[in-house]
Amino acid sequence: MYEQIASNKRKTIFLIVGAFVFLGLFGFLLGAVFTRSLAEGLIWMVVGLIIAGIQSFAALRYGDKMVLAATRARLVTPEEDPRLHNLVEGICIAAGLPKPAVYIVPEQAPNAFATGRDPEHSSIAVTQGLLDMMNRVELEGVLAHEISHIADRDMLVNTLVATLVGAVVLVSEFFLHWSFFGGRGRDSGGEGGGIAGVVMIFVGILLLVLAPLAAQLIKMAVSRKRELLADANGALLTRYPPGLASALRKIAGASNAMRSTNDATAHLWLNQPSRFEGTKQGFLEKLVQTHPPLEERIKLLEEM
Amino acid sequence: MRPMGIWIVVGVLVLLVVSVILLFNRLVALRNRVDNGWSQIDVQLRRRYDLIPNLVEAVKGYATHEKTLFEDITRARTEAQAAGDVGQQASAENQVTAGLGKLIAVAENYPELKANENFLALQEELTGTESKIAYARQFYNDQVMRLNTAIQSFPSNLIANLFKFTPREFFEIDDPGTRGPVAVDMT
Repeated sequence: MYEQIASNKRKTIFLIVGAFVFLGLFGFLLGAVFTRSLAEGLIWMVVGLIIAGIQSFAALRYGDKMVLAATRARLVTPEEDPRLHNLVEGICIAAGLPKPAVYIVPEQAPNAFATGRDPEHSSIAVTQGLLDMMNRVELEGVLAHEISHIADRDMLVNTLVATLVGAVVLVSEFFLHWSFFGGRGRDSGGEGGGIAGVVMIFVGILLLVLAPLAAQLIKMAVSRKRELLADANGALLTRYPPGLASALRKIAGASNAMRSTNDATAHLWLNQPSRFEGTKQGFLEKLVQTHPPLEERIKLLEEM
Repeated sequence: MRPMGIWIVVGVLVLLVVSVILLFNRLVALRNRVDNGWSQIDVQLRRRYDLIPNLVEAVKGYATHEKTLFEDITRARTEAQAAGDVGQQASAENQVTAGLGKLIAVAENYPELKANENFLALQEELTGTESKIAYARQFYNDQVMRLNTAIQSFPSNLIANLFKFTPREFFEIDDPGTRGPVAVDMT
Protein backbone atom coordinates (compact mmCIF):
# COMPACT_ATOMS: atom_id res chain seq x y z
CA MET A 1 0.00 0.00 0.00
CA TYR A 2 2.71 2.51 0.98
CA GLU A 3 4.74 1.59 -2.09
CA GLN A 4 1.70 2.24 -4.23
CA ILE A 5 1.14 5.63 -2.66
CA ALA A 6 4.80 6.52 -3.29
CA SER A 7 4.59 5.22 -6.86
CA ASN A 8 1.44 7.26 -7.49
CA LYS A 9 3.09 10.38 -6.12
CA ARG A 10 6.06 9.77 -8.45
CA LYS A 11 3.66 9.32 -11.35
CA THR A 12 1.99 12.62 -10.44
CA ILE A 13 5.30 14.48 -10.59
CA PHE A 14 6.19 12.70 -13.81
CA LEU A 15 2.86 13.68 -15.35
CA ILE A 16 3.26 17.32 -14.39
CA VAL A 17 6.84 17.48 -15.73
CA GLY A 18 5.59 15.60 -18.81
CA ALA A 19 2.85 18.18 -19.29
CA PHE A 20 5.43 21.00 -19.25
CA VAL A 21 7.74 19.24 -21.72
CA PHE A 22 4.90 18.15 -23.96
CA LEU A 23 3.05 21.47 -24.08
CA GLY A 24 6.33 23.40 -24.43
CA LEU A 25 7.49 21.27 -27.35
CA PHE A 26 4.02 21.20 -28.81
CA GLY A 27 3.80 24.96 -28.70
CA PHE A 28 7.27 25.35 -30.23
CA LEU A 29 6.72 22.87 -33.07
CA LEU A 30 3.28 24.11 -33.99
CA GLY A 31 4.38 27.73 -33.76
CA ALA A 32 7.45 27.04 -35.90
CA VAL A 33 5.52 24.94 -38.39
CA PHE A 34 2.67 27.34 -38.97
CA THR A 35 4.57 30.62 -38.85
CA ARG A 36 7.82 29.21 -40.24
CA SER A 37 9.90 31.33 -37.89
CA LEU A 38 12.03 30.18 -34.98
CA ALA A 39 11.31 33.30 -32.93
CA GLU A 40 7.56 32.80 -33.13
CA GLY A 41 8.12 29.13 -32.30
CA LEU A 42 9.82 30.20 -29.08
CA ILE A 43 6.97 32.58 -28.24
CA TRP A 44 4.52 29.73 -28.69
CA MET A 45 6.73 27.51 -26.55
CA VAL A 46 6.42 30.05 -23.73
CA VAL A 47 2.67 30.12 -24.29
CA GLY A 48 2.69 26.31 -24.06
CA LEU A 49 4.67 26.38 -20.81
CA ILE A 50 2.34 28.98 -19.30
CA ILE A 51 -0.64 26.85 -20.29
CA ALA A 52 1.07 23.83 -18.68
CA GLY A 53 1.61 25.81 -15.48
CA ILE A 54 -1.96 27.03 -15.25
CA GLN A 55 -3.21 23.62 -16.22
CA SER A 56 -1.16 21.75 -13.60
CA PHE A 57 -2.17 24.15 -10.85
CA ALA A 58 -5.83 23.95 -11.83
CA ALA A 59 -5.67 20.17 -12.16
CA LEU A 60 -4.22 19.70 -8.67
CA ARG A 61 -6.43 22.31 -7.08
CA TYR A 62 -9.74 21.97 -8.91
CA GLY A 63 -9.33 18.72 -10.87
CA ASP A 64 -11.92 16.89 -8.79
CA LYS A 65 -14.45 19.72 -9.27
CA MET A 66 -13.81 19.70 -13.04
CA VAL A 67 -14.28 15.94 -13.27
CA LEU A 68 -17.46 16.09 -11.18
CA ALA A 69 -18.80 18.92 -13.34
CA ALA A 70 -17.90 17.08 -16.56
CA THR A 71 -19.89 14.04 -15.39
CA ARG A 72 -22.78 16.23 -14.13
CA ALA A 73 -22.47 14.71 -10.64
CA ARG A 74 -24.74 16.08 -7.89
CA LEU A 75 -23.82 16.21 -4.17
CA VAL A 76 -26.11 14.10 -1.96
CA THR A 77 -26.75 14.55 1.77
CA PRO A 78 -27.06 11.69 4.30
CA GLU A 79 -30.78 12.53 4.64
CA GLU A 80 -31.38 12.04 0.92
CA ASP A 81 -29.69 8.65 0.74
CA PRO A 82 -28.94 7.18 4.17
CA ARG A 83 -28.06 3.75 2.77
CA LEU A 84 -25.34 5.09 0.44
CA HIS A 85 -23.87 7.31 3.16
CA ASN A 86 -23.91 4.50 5.74
CA LEU A 87 -22.03 2.19 3.39
CA VAL A 88 -19.42 4.80 2.42
CA GLU A 89 -18.84 5.70 6.08
CA GLY A 90 -18.54 2.04 7.11
CA ILE A 91 -15.88 1.21 4.52
CA CYS A 92 -13.97 4.39 5.33
CA ILE A 93 -13.86 3.27 8.96
CA ALA A 94 -12.49 -0.09 7.82
CA ALA A 95 -9.87 1.64 5.68
CA GLY A 96 -9.05 4.23 8.35
CA LEU A 97 -9.84 7.12 5.99
CA PRO A 98 -11.92 10.29 6.41
CA LYS A 99 -15.32 10.11 4.74
CA PRO A 100 -15.33 11.54 1.18
CA ALA A 101 -18.07 13.75 -0.27
CA VAL A 102 -20.75 11.60 -1.90
CA TYR A 103 -22.14 12.37 -5.37
CA ILE A 104 -24.76 10.86 -7.65
CA VAL A 105 -24.41 10.98 -11.45
CA PRO A 106 -27.78 11.13 -13.28
CA GLU A 107 -27.02 8.22 -15.57
CA GLN A 108 -28.85 4.90 -15.98
CA ALA A 109 -25.80 2.72 -16.70
CA PRO A 110 -24.39 1.23 -13.46
CA ASN A 111 -20.96 2.77 -12.77
CA ALA A 112 -18.91 4.65 -10.17
CA PHE A 113 -15.67 6.63 -9.72
CA ALA A 114 -13.54 8.38 -7.09
CA THR A 115 -11.65 11.65 -7.48
CA GLY A 116 -9.65 14.17 -5.45
CA ARG A 117 -6.05 15.07 -4.58
CA ASP A 118 -5.77 13.40 -1.15
CA PRO A 119 -8.08 11.48 1.23
CA GLU A 120 -8.97 14.73 3.03
CA HIS A 121 -10.18 16.24 -0.26
CA SER A 122 -11.80 13.30 -1.98
CA SER A 123 -15.15 12.58 -3.57
CA ILE A 124 -16.90 9.40 -4.56
CA ALA A 125 -19.58 9.33 -7.26
CA VAL A 126 -22.03 6.60 -8.24
CA THR A 127 -24.59 6.58 -11.04
CA GLN A 128 -28.33 6.48 -10.34
CA GLY A 129 -28.39 3.20 -12.29
CA LEU A 130 -25.93 1.61 -9.87
CA LEU A 131 -28.07 2.60 -6.87
CA ASP A 132 -31.21 1.23 -8.49
CA MET A 133 -29.67 -2.03 -9.62
CA MET A 134 -27.43 -3.16 -6.75
CA ASN A 135 -28.38 -4.61 -3.39
CA ARG A 136 -26.59 -3.60 -0.21
CA VAL A 137 -23.77 -6.16 -0.43
CA GLU A 138 -23.03 -5.43 -4.10
CA LEU A 139 -23.08 -1.67 -3.59
CA GLU A 140 -20.70 -2.14 -0.67
CA GLY A 141 -18.32 -4.10 -2.92
CA VAL A 142 -18.33 -1.34 -5.55
CA LEU A 143 -17.80 1.40 -2.95
CA ALA A 144 -14.91 -0.54 -1.39
CA HIS A 145 -13.25 -0.72 -4.84
CA GLU A 146 -13.56 3.05 -5.25
CA ILE A 147 -12.41 3.77 -1.70
CA SER A 148 -9.28 1.69 -2.22
CA HIS A 149 -8.57 3.95 -5.23
CA ILE A 150 -8.67 6.82 -2.72
CA ALA A 151 -6.48 4.96 -0.21
CA ASP A 152 -3.67 4.22 -2.69
CA ARG A 153 -3.96 7.67 -4.39
CA ASP A 154 -4.92 6.23 -7.78
CA MET A 155 -7.59 8.91 -7.86
CA LEU A 156 -4.91 11.65 -7.79
CA VAL A 157 -3.22 10.27 -10.91
CA ASN A 158 -6.59 9.52 -12.51
CA THR A 159 -7.88 13.04 -11.91
CA LEU A 160 -4.66 14.56 -13.23
CA VAL A 161 -4.79 12.39 -16.34
CA ALA A 162 -8.43 13.33 -16.93
CA THR A 163 -7.62 17.04 -16.89
CA LEU A 164 -4.39 16.55 -18.91
CA VAL A 165 -6.12 14.56 -21.61
CA GLY A 166 -8.90 17.10 -21.64
CA ALA A 167 -6.34 19.90 -22.09
CA VAL A 168 -4.38 18.09 -24.83
CA VAL A 169 -7.56 17.45 -26.80
CA LEU A 170 -8.58 21.07 -26.34
CA VAL A 171 -5.18 22.45 -27.42
CA SER A 172 -4.87 20.24 -30.47
CA GLU A 173 -8.40 21.15 -31.53
CA PHE A 174 -7.57 24.82 -31.10
CA PHE A 175 -4.49 24.49 -33.35
CA LEU A 176 -6.42 22.49 -35.88
CA HIS A 177 -8.99 25.26 -36.26
CA TRP A 178 -6.34 27.96 -36.21
CA SER A 179 -4.25 26.28 -38.91
CA PHE A 180 -7.27 25.81 -41.17
CA PHE A 181 -8.57 29.34 -40.87
CA GLY A 182 -5.73 31.60 -39.76
CA GLY A 183 -2.95 29.60 -41.43
CA ARG A 184 -4.57 29.50 -44.84
CA GLY A 185 -4.94 33.28 -45.05
CA ARG A 186 -1.22 33.69 -44.38
CA ASP A 187 -0.37 31.07 -47.01
CA SER A 188 -2.11 32.87 -49.87
CA GLY A 189 -0.51 36.18 -48.86
CA GLY A 190 3.10 34.99 -48.48
CA GLU A 191 5.27 32.90 -50.79
CA GLY A 192 3.97 29.65 -49.24
CA GLY A 193 4.89 26.43 -51.01
CA GLY A 194 8.42 25.07 -50.87
CA ILE A 195 9.26 21.46 -49.98
CA ALA A 196 10.34 22.47 -46.43
CA GLY A 197 6.99 24.13 -45.80
CA VAL A 198 5.04 21.11 -47.00
CA VAL A 199 7.11 18.79 -44.80
CA MET A 200 6.55 21.02 -41.79
CA ILE A 201 2.80 21.16 -42.35
CA PHE A 202 2.83 17.38 -42.67
CA VAL A 203 4.69 17.08 -39.35
CA GLY A 204 2.18 19.46 -37.79
CA ILE A 205 -0.77 17.40 -38.94
CA LEU A 206 0.97 14.22 -37.77
CA LEU A 207 1.38 15.78 -34.31
CA LEU A 208 -2.28 16.71 -34.24
CA VAL A 209 -3.20 13.11 -34.96
CA LEU A 210 -0.66 11.68 -32.55
CA ALA A 211 -1.43 13.95 -29.60
CA PRO A 212 -4.80 12.48 -28.62
CA LEU A 213 -3.48 8.98 -29.31
CA ALA A 214 -0.48 9.56 -27.04
CA ALA A 215 -2.82 10.85 -24.38
CA GLN A 216 -4.86 7.67 -24.70
CA LEU A 217 -1.73 5.55 -24.31
CA ILE A 218 -0.82 7.38 -21.08
CA LYS A 219 -4.28 6.66 -19.75
CA MET A 220 -4.02 2.98 -20.60
CA ALA A 221 -0.63 2.57 -18.98
CA VAL A 222 -1.97 4.27 -15.91
CA SER A 223 -5.07 2.30 -15.14
CA ARG A 224 -5.40 -1.33 -16.28
CA LYS A 225 -3.45 -3.22 -13.65
CA ARG A 226 -4.62 -0.92 -10.90
CA GLU A 227 -8.23 -1.89 -11.46
CA LEU A 228 -7.38 -5.47 -10.50
CA LEU A 229 -5.45 -4.20 -7.48
CA ALA A 230 -8.38 -2.04 -6.39
CA ASP A 231 -10.69 -5.06 -6.78
CA ALA A 232 -8.43 -7.04 -4.46
CA ASN A 233 -7.96 -4.23 -1.94
CA GLY A 234 -11.69 -3.55 -1.97
CA ALA A 235 -12.37 -7.21 -1.20
CA LEU A 236 -9.87 -6.98 1.64
CA LEU A 237 -11.89 -4.12 3.12
CA THR A 238 -15.29 -5.81 2.93
CA ARG A 239 -13.79 -9.30 3.55
CA TYR A 240 -16.39 -10.46 1.06
CA PRO A 241 -15.20 -10.78 -2.60
CA PRO A 242 -18.52 -12.24 -3.89
CA GLY A 243 -20.18 -8.84 -3.29
CA LEU A 244 -18.10 -7.04 -5.93
CA ALA A 245 -18.09 -10.13 -8.18
CA SER A 246 -21.88 -10.14 -8.20
CA ALA A 247 -21.96 -6.37 -8.88
CA LEU A 248 -19.58 -6.77 -11.84
CA ARG A 249 -21.69 -9.61 -13.18
CA LYS A 250 -24.75 -7.36 -13.05
CA ILE A 251 -22.79 -4.60 -14.82
CA ALA A 252 -21.71 -7.05 -17.54
CA GLY A 253 -25.34 -8.00 -18.09
CA ALA A 254 -26.66 -4.44 -17.98
CA SER A 255 -28.50 -3.53 -21.17
CA ASN A 256 -28.17 0.25 -20.95
CA ALA A 257 -25.05 1.84 -22.36
CA MET A 258 -23.69 5.02 -20.89
CA ARG A 259 -25.22 8.00 -22.63
CA SER A 260 -22.47 10.56 -22.25
CA THR A 261 -19.12 8.93 -22.95
CA ASN A 262 -16.27 11.35 -22.54
CA ASP A 263 -12.78 10.37 -23.67
CA ALA A 264 -11.11 12.38 -20.93
CA THR A 265 -12.93 10.67 -18.05
CA ALA A 266 -13.32 7.10 -19.40
CA HIS A 267 -10.49 5.67 -17.27
CA LEU A 268 -11.95 7.01 -14.03
CA TRP A 269 -14.96 4.75 -13.95
CA LEU A 270 -15.38 1.40 -12.25
CA ASN A 271 -16.15 -0.08 -15.65
CA GLN A 272 -15.09 1.48 -18.96
CA PRO A 273 -18.03 3.41 -20.43
CA SER A 274 -19.06 2.14 -23.83
CA ARG A 275 -21.38 3.29 -26.57
CA PHE A 276 -22.46 -0.31 -27.01
CA GLU A 277 -24.68 -2.60 -24.98
CA GLY A 278 -23.40 -5.24 -22.55
CA THR A 279 -19.81 -6.39 -22.99
CA LYS A 280 -19.66 -5.48 -26.69
CA GLN A 281 -17.09 -2.83 -27.62
CA GLY A 282 -16.32 -0.79 -30.68
CA PHE A 283 -13.00 -1.23 -32.52
CA LEU A 284 -11.57 2.03 -31.21
CA GLU A 285 -12.72 1.29 -27.67
CA LYS A 286 -10.87 -2.01 -27.76
CA LEU A 287 -7.75 -0.28 -29.04
CA VAL A 288 -7.71 2.25 -26.21
CA GLN A 289 -9.09 -0.07 -23.55
CA THR A 290 -8.54 1.46 -20.13
CA HIS A 291 -9.87 -1.47 -18.08
CA PRO A 292 -9.27 -5.23 -18.00
CA PRO A 293 -12.24 -7.25 -19.28
CA LEU A 294 -15.02 -7.76 -16.72
CA GLU A 295 -14.87 -11.55 -17.08
CA GLU A 296 -11.24 -11.54 -15.97
CA ARG A 297 -12.02 -9.36 -12.95
CA ILE A 298 -14.99 -11.55 -11.92
CA LYS A 299 -12.87 -14.70 -12.26
CA LEU A 300 -10.11 -13.27 -10.05
CA LEU A 301 -12.63 -12.25 -7.39
CA GLU A 302 -14.20 -15.70 -7.40
CA GLU A 303 -10.80 -17.29 -6.84
CA MET A 304 -10.13 -15.24 -3.70
CA MET B 1 44.70 5.81 13.67
CA ARG B 2 43.24 7.05 16.96
CA PRO B 3 40.89 9.75 15.53
CA MET B 4 39.58 7.14 13.08
CA GLY B 5 38.66 4.83 15.97
CA ILE B 6 36.78 7.61 17.77
CA TRP B 7 34.78 8.40 14.69
CA ILE B 8 33.75 4.78 14.32
CA VAL B 9 32.56 4.69 17.94
CA VAL B 10 30.69 7.98 17.48
CA GLY B 11 29.13 6.70 14.26
CA VAL B 12 27.91 3.50 15.91
CA LEU B 13 26.48 5.47 18.84
CA VAL B 14 24.65 7.89 16.55
CA LEU B 15 23.26 4.95 14.58
CA LEU B 16 22.10 3.31 17.80
CA VAL B 17 20.38 6.45 19.09
CA VAL B 18 18.69 7.09 15.74
CA SER B 19 17.37 3.53 15.55
CA VAL B 20 16.05 3.69 19.13
CA ILE B 21 14.23 6.93 18.24
CA LEU B 22 12.78 5.42 15.06
CA LEU B 23 11.61 2.26 16.80
CA PHE B 24 10.10 4.24 19.65
CA ASN B 25 8.24 6.57 17.28
CA ARG B 26 6.90 3.62 15.33
CA LEU B 27 5.54 2.05 18.51
CA VAL B 28 3.91 5.33 19.51
CA ALA B 29 2.32 5.65 16.07
CA LEU B 30 0.98 2.09 16.28
CA ARG B 31 -0.39 2.64 19.78
CA ASN B 32 -2.12 5.85 18.69
CA ARG B 33 -3.71 4.00 15.81
CA VAL B 34 -5.06 1.39 18.21
CA ASP B 35 -6.51 4.16 20.40
CA ASN B 36 -8.00 5.82 17.35
CA GLY B 37 -9.49 2.47 16.27
CA TRP B 38 -11.02 2.03 19.70
CA SER B 39 -12.60 5.50 19.65
CA GLN B 40 -14.12 4.66 16.24
CA ILE B 41 -15.75 1.59 17.79
CA ASP B 42 -16.89 3.70 20.73
CA VAL B 43 -18.58 6.28 18.48
CA GLN B 44 -20.54 3.58 16.67
CA LEU B 45 -21.50 1.76 19.88
CA ARG B 46 -22.85 5.02 21.30
CA ARG B 47 -24.85 5.58 18.16
CA ARG B 48 -26.38 2.16 18.65
CA TYR B 49 -27.20 2.89 22.31
CA ASP B 50 -29.03 6.01 21.15
CA LEU B 51 -30.98 4.00 18.59
CA ILE B 52 -32.18 1.30 20.99
CA PRO B 53 -34.83 3.32 22.94
CA ASN B 54 -36.26 4.66 19.66
CA LEU B 55 -36.43 1.17 18.15
CA VAL B 56 -38.03 -0.28 21.28
CA GLU B 57 -40.61 2.54 21.26
CA ALA B 58 -41.40 1.96 17.58
CA VAL B 59 -41.91 -1.79 18.07
CA LYS B 60 -43.79 -1.35 21.38
CA GLY B 61 -46.61 0.45 19.61
CA TYR B 62 -47.42 -2.72 17.61
CA ALA B 63 -46.02 -5.70 19.54
CA THR B 64 -47.61 -5.15 22.95
CA HIS B 65 -46.92 -8.54 24.59
CA GLU B 66 -43.14 -8.70 24.10
CA LYS B 67 -42.46 -7.06 27.44
CA THR B 68 -39.61 -9.38 28.54
CA LEU B 69 -37.80 -8.82 25.25
CA PHE B 70 -37.94 -5.05 25.67
CA GLU B 71 -36.68 -5.36 29.23
CA ASP B 72 -33.83 -7.68 28.17
CA ILE B 73 -32.62 -5.24 25.53
CA THR B 74 -32.81 -2.27 27.85
CA ARG B 75 -30.87 -4.18 30.52
CA ALA B 76 -28.22 -5.31 28.00
CA ARG B 77 -27.85 -1.71 26.86
CA THR B 78 -27.32 -0.44 30.41
CA GLU B 79 -24.76 -3.16 31.09
CA ALA B 80 -22.89 -2.42 27.87
CA GLN B 81 -22.72 1.28 28.69
CA ALA B 82 -21.19 0.45 32.08
CA ALA B 83 -18.64 -2.05 30.69
CA GLY B 84 -15.01 -1.49 31.72
CA ASP B 85 -12.31 -3.13 29.61
CA VAL B 86 -12.30 -4.44 26.05
CA GLY B 87 -13.26 -8.01 26.99
CA GLN B 88 -16.25 -6.95 29.12
CA GLN B 89 -17.38 -4.52 26.43
CA ALA B 90 -17.22 -7.24 23.79
CA SER B 91 -19.36 -9.71 25.76
CA ALA B 92 -21.89 -7.00 26.73
CA GLU B 93 -22.15 -5.94 23.07
CA ASN B 94 -22.85 -9.53 22.10
CA GLN B 95 -25.90 -9.41 24.39
CA VAL B 96 -27.07 -6.16 22.78
CA THR B 97 -26.60 -7.57 19.29
CA ALA B 98 -28.51 -10.74 20.16
CA GLY B 99 -31.37 -8.71 21.70
CA LEU B 100 -31.62 -6.43 18.66
CA GLY B 101 -31.64 -9.47 16.38
CA LYS B 102 -34.64 -10.84 18.29
CA LEU B 103 -36.36 -7.44 18.18
CA ILE B 104 -36.03 -7.23 14.40
CA ALA B 105 -37.22 -10.85 14.09
CA VAL B 106 -40.30 -10.00 16.18
CA ALA B 107 -40.97 -6.95 14.02
CA GLU B 108 -41.10 -9.25 10.99
CA ASN B 109 -44.41 -10.62 12.35
CA TYR B 110 -46.16 -7.25 12.16
CA PRO B 111 -46.80 -6.16 8.57
CA GLU B 112 -48.05 -2.69 9.61
CA LEU B 113 -44.86 -2.14 11.57
CA LYS B 114 -42.73 -3.24 8.63
CA ALA B 115 -44.51 -0.68 6.46
CA ASN B 116 -44.05 2.09 9.03
CA GLU B 117 -41.73 4.72 7.58
CA ASN B 118 -40.24 5.67 10.93
CA PHE B 119 -39.44 2.03 11.67
CA LEU B 120 -37.89 1.53 8.23
CA ALA B 121 -35.64 4.55 8.74
CA LEU B 122 -34.62 3.21 12.17
CA GLN B 123 -33.94 -0.21 10.66
CA GLU B 124 -31.66 1.32 7.97
CA GLU B 125 -29.88 3.27 10.71
CA LEU B 126 -29.44 0.08 12.73
CA THR B 127 -28.17 -1.97 9.77
CA GLY B 128 -25.77 0.85 8.88
CA THR B 129 -24.54 1.21 12.44
CA GLU B 130 -24.07 -2.54 12.91
CA SER B 131 -21.95 -2.79 9.78
CA LYS B 132 -19.95 0.26 10.90
CA ILE B 133 -19.36 -1.45 14.25
CA ALA B 134 -18.14 -4.50 12.35
CA TYR B 135 -15.82 -2.38 10.19
CA ALA B 136 -14.54 -0.41 13.18
CA ARG B 137 -13.86 -3.71 14.93
CA GLN B 138 -12.00 -4.99 11.87
CA PHE B 139 -9.86 -1.83 11.74
CA TYR B 140 -9.21 -1.93 15.50
CA ASN B 141 -8.22 -5.60 15.48
CA ASP B 142 -5.88 -5.04 12.52
CA GLN B 143 -4.16 -2.22 14.40
CA VAL B 144 -3.97 -4.28 17.62
CA MET B 145 -2.34 -7.08 15.67
CA ARG B 146 0.26 -4.72 14.22
CA LEU B 147 1.01 -3.21 17.62
CA ASN B 148 1.26 -6.60 19.33
CA THR B 149 3.50 -7.94 16.58
CA ALA B 150 5.81 -4.96 16.95
CA ILE B 151 5.89 -5.35 20.74
CA GLN B 152 6.77 -9.04 20.48
CA SER B 153 9.27 -9.02 17.62
CA PHE B 154 12.98 -8.20 17.73
CA PRO B 155 14.41 -5.55 17.98
CA SER B 156 11.35 -3.42 18.77
CA ASN B 157 10.54 -5.67 21.77
CA LEU B 158 13.61 -4.22 23.55
CA ILE B 159 12.29 -0.69 23.19
CA ALA B 160 8.75 -1.83 24.05
CA ASN B 161 9.99 -3.40 27.30
CA LEU B 162 12.09 -0.37 28.14
CA PHE B 163 9.20 2.08 27.70
CA LYS B 164 6.45 -0.25 28.99
CA PHE B 165 4.42 -0.72 25.83
CA THR B 166 1.86 -3.44 26.59
CA PRO B 167 -0.01 -5.64 24.10
CA ARG B 168 -3.70 -4.76 23.64
CA GLU B 169 -6.73 -7.00 23.73
CA PHE B 170 -8.64 -7.90 20.57
CA PHE B 171 -12.30 -6.96 20.33
CA GLU B 172 -13.87 -10.36 19.72
CA ILE B 173 -17.42 -11.36 19.00
CA ASP B 174 -18.32 -14.95 19.89
CA ASP B 175 -21.05 -15.38 17.31
CA PRO B 176 -19.57 -15.42 13.79
CA GLY B 177 -23.09 -15.07 12.34
CA THR B 178 -23.37 -11.54 13.69
CA ARG B 179 -21.11 -10.13 11.00
CA GLY B 180 -22.31 -12.21 8.03
CA PRO B 181 -22.72 -9.80 5.11
CA VAL B 182 -25.00 -12.39 3.52
CA ALA B 183 -27.45 -12.05 6.41
CA VAL B 184 -28.31 -8.38 5.85
CA ASP B 185 -31.52 -7.62 4.03
CA MET B 186 -31.14 -7.54 0.29
CA THR B 187 -33.05 -4.38 -0.53
